[in-house]
Amino acid sequence: MGALTISQVRKSYGAADILKGIDLSIDAGEFLILVGPSGCGKSTLLAMIAGLEHPTSGAIHIGDRDVTYLPSKDRDIAMVFQSYALYPNMNVAQNIAFGLEMRKVPKAQRDETVQRVSKMLQISHLLDRKPGQLSGGQRQRVAMGRALARDPKLFLFDEPLSNLDAKLRIEMRAEIKLLHQRTRTTTVYVTHDQVEAMTLGDRIAVMRDGVVQQFGTPEEIYTRPANRFVAEFIGSPTMNFVTAERLSEGLRAQGVTLPVNAEQQASINAAISGNGGCLYGLRPEHIRLADDGVPGQLVMIEPTGPETYLLVDTPLGQMTSRVAGNPHLHVGDTVRLQWAAESAHLFDAGNEKRLA
Amino acid sequence: MSAAMSPEMTSSSSPSAVVPARRPGGLSWQRVLLLLVLLGFAAFFLTPLYVMVSTSFKTMDEVRNGTLLSIPMSPSFEAWSKAWSSACTGTDCGGLKPFFMNSVYMVVPAVLISTALGALNGYVLTKWRFRGSEVMFAFLLFGVFMPMQVVLLPMSQVLGKLGIASSVWGLILVHVLAGMPSTTLFFRNYYAGLPDELVKAATLDGASFWQIFWRIVVPLSTPILVVTLIWQFTSIWNDFLYGVVFSGADSKPITVGLNNLANTTSTVKEYNVDMAAALIAALPTLVVYVVAGKYFVRGLTAGAVKG
Repeated sequence: MGALTISQVRKSYGAADILKGIDLSIDAGEFLILVGPSGCGKSTLLAMIAGLEHPTSGAIHIGDRDVTYLPSKDRDIAMVFQSYALYPNMNVAQNIAFGLEMRKVPKAQRDETVQRVSKMLQISHLLDRKPGQLSGGQRQRVAMGRALARDPKLFLFDEPLSNLDAKLRIEMRAEIKLLHQRTRTTTVYVTHDQVEAMTLGDRIAVMRDGVVQQFGTPEEIYTRPANRFVAEFIGSPTMNFVTAERLSEGLRAQGVTLPVNAEQQASINAAISGNGGCLYGLRPEHIRLADDGVPGQLVMIEPTGPETYLLVDTPLGQMTSRVAGNPHLHVGDTVRLQWAAESAHLFDAGNEKRLA
Repeated sequence: MSAAMSPEMTSSSSPSAVVPARRPGGLSWQRVLLLLVLLGFAAFFLTPLYVMVSTSFKTMDEVRNGTLLSIPMSPSFEAWSKAWSSACTGTDCGGLKPFFMNSVYMVVPAVLISTALGALNGYVLTKWRFRGSEVMFAFLLFGVFMPMQVVLLPMSQVLGKLGIASSVWGLILVHVLAGMPSTTLFFRNYYAGLPDELVKAATLDGASFWQIFWRIVVPLSTPILVVTLIWQFTSIWNDFLYGVVFSGADSKPITVGLNNLANTTSTVKEYNVDMAAALIAALPTLVVYVVAGKYFVRGLTAGAVKG
């Protein structure tokens, strides 16, 4: 049994089903990301792991222990909140030591832990300050210190970076990752940011409307999204979609033949009977400018420095291409787009599930 | 207030006007007029206080021969000491001192208990909601708006059954019950502004209901504690109705004492003693306002904004 196992967890508030049967399991030391748009139930699920809410049905195990209805304090967990929830009336040292104090850890040992943790997070010089006198990044560190001090079996993070500005967010993201590499504490991390999900997670659970859409490694999620929602949610700029009709051989949209390889063709043949449609998905980085291919006119150019996003009006609809460097083109230029058949993601147009 | 605002408002409303901006603090005739009107109002409202203070320092001869507004020629504390220790209230002639002490014995526990209960109620109603807690709060709110007279008869029956009628304990109980709706309202609204995540974090840290209350919630309550303490002190100290209805012979509060003193008919009406007595009765609340008034105003507006 894994370090954290969630089995058939459901939660309803009256008639509203927030979680509709969640099954997840991770091993000790893994970093699990719960990601999804707001209202998908990810925070509710985290609150249940924390013991701040209880499921309507189903079970949660930490290690071999059934903790479904166990009070939070007996679960051996620590949590970092979105607002940090530092106690404003206590200084940093007292904040870090509070959990230990409540557990009747002797004073000498508490002080030692505060020293160790604050050194690890480089906040030793802030120990006498009150949270109100700290910057956002420092508060974030103290919140992590408070969680670390307890040396828990399980770390929970509830969108911990969303209150920071962009630059600090990237710094703290890296620190969280480094910290996890050092401590190897099993972690559950809730975010709505797909970049955080991809960069931090060992395993990602993409959620929508109380259902896990896909549970897998970041690579699996990115290279083989299970359905259109996952494909659209992960990746920026978002994946291009073309609604295609099926021919006896290959796919076609707006009179343009879309390349498919043999394997994809077999999957299409197996899955779609008759005239069923197909969604043809392409990640922007897989569309390149070439001498021939689908013609189109440049509508917008977004240079980011290392790469440039090109929005192109084509017979297939508007498509985004992501090219390296700056191609020095102008709006209105005519370009031709090309891609390899195996880079395409195929989805059933009806249920939007992955075909190949 | 409006006098201080007006120059900023005129200059900000016409930033690009051709007229050069007036030097801040410069006196225009509008401002002079405004100040005069405000001074007039201030004098109007302060005159009664002046009359009371000056009269209390006069001797009876001076009161009789001088005018109402005249300054005491030879200020004396005679009236004050008489009001405090030897003025007659009814047949008793021990001054206001025993009444003052009765009020102190009543006010201190009543204020502390009603404030403590309000804090606890507010904490439970915001951070430990239970089924029906909102309904309960709605009922408590009735208590804020209920006229005091409504409870007089049932309350005297209750006090009688409890065996604390006509005692200081009965008065304390009445004031605690009457004050709890407003103290609860104060604390509930203040605690609604404290983030729930604080309580969740403390719960995860292993703190209990009482530990969270004492270690986290109470230390964050200073502004609202000051407001509630002042509010309760003033309303209980100044209360006359409960004091006159529920007190016994030896537990009458100062407001009742003052009333009796002023209504005791003797051959001469000693205005100077009456004024001194009224000032003695009003002094504690005055002191509280002067000492803690700024916290009061600050606290009333502190609920929404977190520091």
